[in-house]
Amino acid sequence: MEKRKFGFAMSMVLAAGTILGACGGGEEEATDNGGGSGENTDKFTVAMVTDVGGVDDKSFNQSAWEGLQAFGEENGLEKGTDGYDYIQSKSDADYKTNLNTAVRNEFDLTYGIGYKLKPAIEEVAKQRTESQFAIVDDVVEGLDNVTSITFKEHEGSFLVGVVAGLQTKSDKIGFVGGIESDLINKFAGGFEAGVKAVNPDADVTIEFAGAFDKADKGQQMASAMYSSGIDIIYHAAGGTGNGVFAEAKSIKETDPEKEVWVIGVDRDQSEEGKVTVDGKEMNVTLTSMVKRVDLAVQDVAKKAMDGEFPGGEVIEYGLDAEGVSIAPTQDNLTEESIAAVDEWTEKIKNGEVEVPTVPSGK
Amino acid sequence: MSKKWAVLAVPVISVLLGLLAGAVIMLVSGNNPAAGYMALWNGAFGDSFYAGETLRQMTPYIFAGLAVAFAFRTGLFNIGVEGQLLVGWLASVWVGVAFELPKVIHLPLAVLAGAAAGAVWGFIPGFLKARLRVHEVIVTIMLNYTALHVTNHFIRNVISDGSDATDVVKESASLRSPFLENLTDFSSLHNGIFLAVIAAIIMWFLLEKTTLGYELRAVGYNQHASEYAGMNVNRNIILSMVISGAFAGIGGSMQGLGTFGNMFINSGFSGIGFDGIAVALLGGNTAVGVVLAALLFGALKVGSLNMPVESGVPNELVEIVIALIIFFVASSYMITWLLSRFKKKEAK
Repeated sequence: MEKRKFGFAMSMVLAAGTILGACGGGEEEATDNGGGSGENTDKFTVAMVTDVGGVDDKSFNQSAWEGLQAFGEENGLEKGTDGYDYIQSKSDADYKTNLNTAVRNEFDLTYGIGYKLKPAIEEVAKQRTESQFAIVDDVVEGLDNVTSITFKEHEGSFLVGVVAGLQTKSDKIGFVGGIESDLINKFAGGFEAGVKAVNPDADVTIEFAGAFDKADKGQQMASAMYSSGIDIIYHAAGGTGNGVFAEAKSIKETDPEKEVWVIGVDRDQSEEGKVTVDGKEMNVTLTSMVKRVDLAVQDVAKKAMDGEFPGGEVIEYGLDAEGVSIAPTQDNLTEESIAAVDEWTEKIKNGEVEVPTVPSGK
Repeated sequence: MSKKWAVLAVPVISVLLGLLAGAVIMLVSGNNPAAGYMALWNGAFGDSFYAGETLRQMTPYIFAGLAVAFAFRTGLFNIGVEGQLLVGWLASVWVGVAFELPKVIHLPLAVLAGAAAGAVWGFIPGFLKARLRVHEVIVTIMLNYTALHVTNHFIRNVISDGSDATDVVKESASLRSPFLENLTDFSSLHNGIFLAVIAAIIMWFLLEKTTLGYELRAVGYNQHASEYAGMNVNRNIILSMVISGAFAGIGGSMQGLGTFGNMFINSGFSGIGFDGIAVALLGGNTAVGVVLAALLFGALKVGSLNMPVESGVPNELVEIVIALIIFFVASSYMITWLLSRFKKKEAK
């Protein structure tokens, strides 16, 4: 019985600590804010909140973090709360907590990486009107302290579609998407249009994994596609896409003669496609659709540092601003497709071609 | 007396051992354990905002823990809390979005819808166990996946128009509380925490103070004896799973009506249901224990987010600490044995 009382007393102490902590918090914050505004003037600080992918997702979280690191290096900032930092989310419930943690650490600008953070940013930005936010990959409307960064993924996807259309041997091409959404449909729509533009006979199979973090699902889907005669798969599926690479590499390992290719997404994924068979180095990455999240992140951070934070605006980075492009690694491309890519790039930039943002079946 | 002591000692010692092992891992990996745990504490209770977030995180843990504990007391392993939570989440949000009613009716209705959906999802394994002796562990595990994909389908194709999230529930069905938000500096703490505490009291009362609870526990101890004593074992098995599922379903309502205000396509499990198993285990399958264990888990999960920012310790470490705590609780036999050895020596 004694011990039960002890347990009760313990929980009371904990509860009291919580409540007292609540009282202290308010005052502390008031003084913090006072000191913070003075501190902010001498050094610009910037943070990013990842989605569940994390900064090593080999995709846009990583790309954003690379951009932030480059920005920090350029401006002599250090990693940490006095310079630039990232905060990793482990579940969907963490976004709001993490955004608030960034606000509490008085970062001048906080990025939310990925459309999944949109509701959280909207809510936190309304509450913390003094702080500046930017969201990547979605649009938050009507808030002066949020900049929306989007990309014309359909334009970049069109270019890799051109490559796939020209280099396919079987005239069968696959697309593996993460979760079906307006965003991922931009990839699928642009890609399909690109293929059809140069190779009207080619068949594009579009499928969705239903997840961005299920490499096993990606591998399964890739395996089914490759065995049905598809020789090129474009993935827009984050971590799920790593499974597509795994499958292509394992096919190469068992049969080096077989033509299987993967088109990477978001970053130059030629690293992911490297495979050594019988001492010979090969690469299954045909090319990648590069989304320069890093450039966009640097660009907006720079503007904010110069006091020209584009709050309330939607910035769309496309081919013209180098926001999307084809990967610099072009070892596996034929001269014909390189020339075609240049040609179509010009056509899109001139406005001669209007790239669709949804696949034809939609 | 000594038995009660052991009941409390095992979880407390397990937690301490877990934290200690975590400190050793931090030391070995070149981090400062003091700074790490300080950051963990600050991130969980450091100021009113984080305290609010901890309580918010604790809310569904209480329900999940109660669900597992309730079934366990009747001798059933409900591994399907995750799935029951998902269907409860969906049902609550659906009611919250679809109807236009005054708050006094709408909010209880939405919560009850969550409970009912969870109960239905719990009824299936209960029924199969009672009638066909299909083991509930198998059925509940498989129903988790069924729930995940069924709810995803409903979100995309029935409730919304091909979108990957539902609308936000109407104000009249929301658990959000401006009062609590102001009190905790805009944390997402919502009224659900009160429901969670009430649910814990209900579970205690139901199991310890009613005939029904006595019967349920009796079936848990010994089915044959209960049957011999004239109890309807099959009915109790089904009832236990239904009540357990209802608790889990309301846990989903907490997510739908409080934390998120909507439901979105889940690419995987939320993990709350599985953590609920750990919470129940650590809490010794009692109502009070579940509440305390849920507080600990909420604090660890929320506090861990602050660790990399403040101290540079990777927050994966907390996962290791949690795993170790569960390991030590599960090996409680070892601890009780050690304790009894210790005592004998003292007696000499």
